[in-house]
Amino acid sequence: MDKTPHPRPIPASIDATLSLLGEADYLADRSLATVLFLALKMGRPIFLEGEAGVGKTEIAKVLSATLGRRLIRLQCYEGLDVAAAVYEWNYAEQMIAIRLAEAEGNIDRDRLSHDVFSDRFLIKRPLLQALEPDTSGAPVLLIDELDRTDEAFEAFLLEVLADFQVTIPELGTVKATHAPIVVITSNRTREIHDALKRRCLYHWVGYPTAERELAIVRTKVPGIGKKLSQEIVLFVQALRKQDLFKAPGVAETLDWASALTELDAVALDPATVSDTLGVLLKYQDDIARLEGSGAKELIEQVRAEMRAAE
Amino acid sequence: MTDPLAPSLSGFAGRPSSASGRGEASAGRLADNIVHFARALRAAGLPVGPGAVLDALQAVQTAGVGTKDDFYWTLHAVFVKRHEQSIIFEQAFRIFFRKRGYLDQLMAMLLPQAPGAPAAPPPPAATRVQDALFAEMKDKLKPEEREIELDTTYTVSDRELLQKKDFAQMTAEEIAAARLAIARMVLSLDEVKTRRLTPDRRGHVIDMRRTLRASMKAGGAFIDLKYLGVKTKLPPIVALLDISGSMSDYTRLFLHFLHAVTDARKRVHTFLFGTRLTNVTRALKARDPDEALSACSASVLDWSGGTRIATSLHVFNKQWARRMLGHGAIVLLITDGLERDPDDRLAFEIDRLHRSCRRLIWLNPLLRFEGFEAKAKGIQTILPHVDEFRPIHNLESMAELTRALSAQGGRRGHLGDPKEWLRRVA
Repeated sequence: MDKTPHPRPIPASIDATLSLLGEADYLADRSLATVLFLALKMGRPIFLEGEAGVGKTEIAKVLSATLGRRLIRLQCYEGLDVAAAVYEWNYAEQMIAIRLAEAEGNIDRDRLSHDVFSDRFLIKRPLLQALEPDTSGAPVLLIDELDRTDEAFEAFLLEVLADFQVTIPELGTVKATHAPIVVITSNRTREIHDALKRRCLYHWVGYPTAERELAIVRTKVPGIGKKLSQEIVLFVQALRKQDLFKAPGVAETLDWASALTELDAVALDPATVSDTLGVLLKYQDDIARLEGSGAKELIEQVRAEMRAAE
Repeated sequence: MTDPLAPSLSGFAGRPSSASGRGEASAGRLADNIVHFARALRAAGLPVGPGAVLDALQAVQTAGVGTKDDFYWTLHAVFVKRHEQSIIFEQAFRIFFRKRGYLDQLMAMLLPQAPGAPAAPPPPAATRVQDALFAEMKDKLKPEEREIELDTTYTVSDRELLQKKDFAQMTAEEIAAARLAIARMVLSLDEVKTRRLTPDRRGHVIDMRRTLRASMKAGGAFIDLKYLGVKTKLPPIVALLDISGSMSDYTRLFLHFLHAVTDARKRVHTFLFGTRLTNVTRALKARDPDEALSACSASVLDWSGGTRIATSLHVFNKQWARRMLGHGAIVLLITDGLERDPDDRLAFEIDRLHRSCRRLIWLNPLLRFEGFEAKAKGIQTILPHVDEFRPIHNLESMAELTRALSAQGGRRGHLGDPKEWLRRVA
């Protein structure tokens, strides 16, 4: 991190949590703020589930930025193991230490193994880093896309999340003095076991309402016109009601809004929509459904809605 | 397990809720009500343990009772652990706190300006929650129902027959046969490579950690290399079982079969479909086959109705495929393929299903007939998109399947090859 963050205490109420998120331009539902506030206050991990692109990962980033804590990110993938997630020994250094000891002629076995398996040769990975004391307060630990890893790793996480400690056989147990703020996200490509969820506060992050989405677009894409932004949001909201394989998330709305602004569009028209559909939809079948008359009908529907609102 | 937390359901539904203005009494009542509410949720099917109740109490104390919404989301954060549970929670919350009038009184005590709860029409989950809350009462009111059995063999009915099948008349012979199948299933191993490594003497990756530890035992004088190999594991199985009228002679046997598989392997997901798709994975997890099967029959509404394969597959592809078909899953599609209205959608959906899983095996009981030919339109549509096409109508064919599921039986032969069947009718 390039700028030194100033640590701040955790918010004292739900309203304070809401405004804290607002500072970093994260416009959250009150329900999300409630869960966040509880998680911070009770020192429990927060488990966020939802479709891709609804801002789950962003929450951890925003928390770290606004609270001035360090963000430690553990990206999960299939085959993630202890060596990549928790710690690893620096074998090359260890070998050299053994050779040096040999050269010096002091090969006391116990002493040597004690020296070699010491803090000096330990490479700390995200989970262990998160348990270390930090001057700016307990860090934010983001365990991203937990559903990508396997059950074995999930089971290992149980110990870490229940007691905020990790056992290293050669070294002993490392326990956090201050529990980190843990944010776990999942895209639900498989169900996470209930045992792990039980230790967390659960929240499903859904798509925002039209009102909130409009506010998000106007905050995140500053140069956007009033009419265009409204059309974009209504279009996306209508799109989500369609029978699509993958409905667009907020991230896609924002991408699309910036794409249209770059193209100097002032309002939606069928040709531009067809050309830029790839920003919104990521499956060929979905795009095929909307190309041509599909997009046109939706635009007309959006226009009618806007007229009715006026 | 005995539950010391609360009295019986009927006990709390009628409890008087006279409010006293004193703060201590209201805090005690708050705890009381959360405990009762947790019980109601449990009865409605949410896995709410005593730990969650304690969490809820702590959470409510932390957040304070502000507005009704905050109270709602505070309890929601603790009690709901799956997205699907949200709707049940919402109904339970509304019914429970409206019924008791508790929340409004509490709000009135703490926040005089808080509005009362508006009455709303009962949304979809209401019956389920109401059933759970007033289960005992309902049991008394309802006379024993005589079950109606309609023989719909080989007719694809247009109506959705809302009838429940009774699984009780399972013969001892069948149980024994199913057990036999279990034994076979345990043996079969179709393992997929994972990206994880495990100690293996014949492996090809050096395990530095074990190597160093071993060499430290010898004082670091010499280094004995230890190796890691690729770890393998059983892939998940997803079974899609057709329970329409034309399959009704087989469904019970197949459910036994799937129960056996679920028992022996860890990750098996089972879906039943007729005119709609039902996930019965949880129901099949009960140890006892009778219990599992009756739990299963309770959760299904469309026994022995018509078949809408395309619609059911569409729902599966959209809602479940991305959650179930990771990690190299095998899909068992058990249907006769007699689609009521075959059209392009069927081809599209089966193709998508095929592309989302590692291996798609179609099990068709119609293959029991000697001169079976893939002439029906539905069958012709599905065939090009499956990896294997196998009979499943007796124990022998089930045993055959268990062999097919093992990697050793991977030489698929003519019987399993779907192209062979298409060639025959061409």
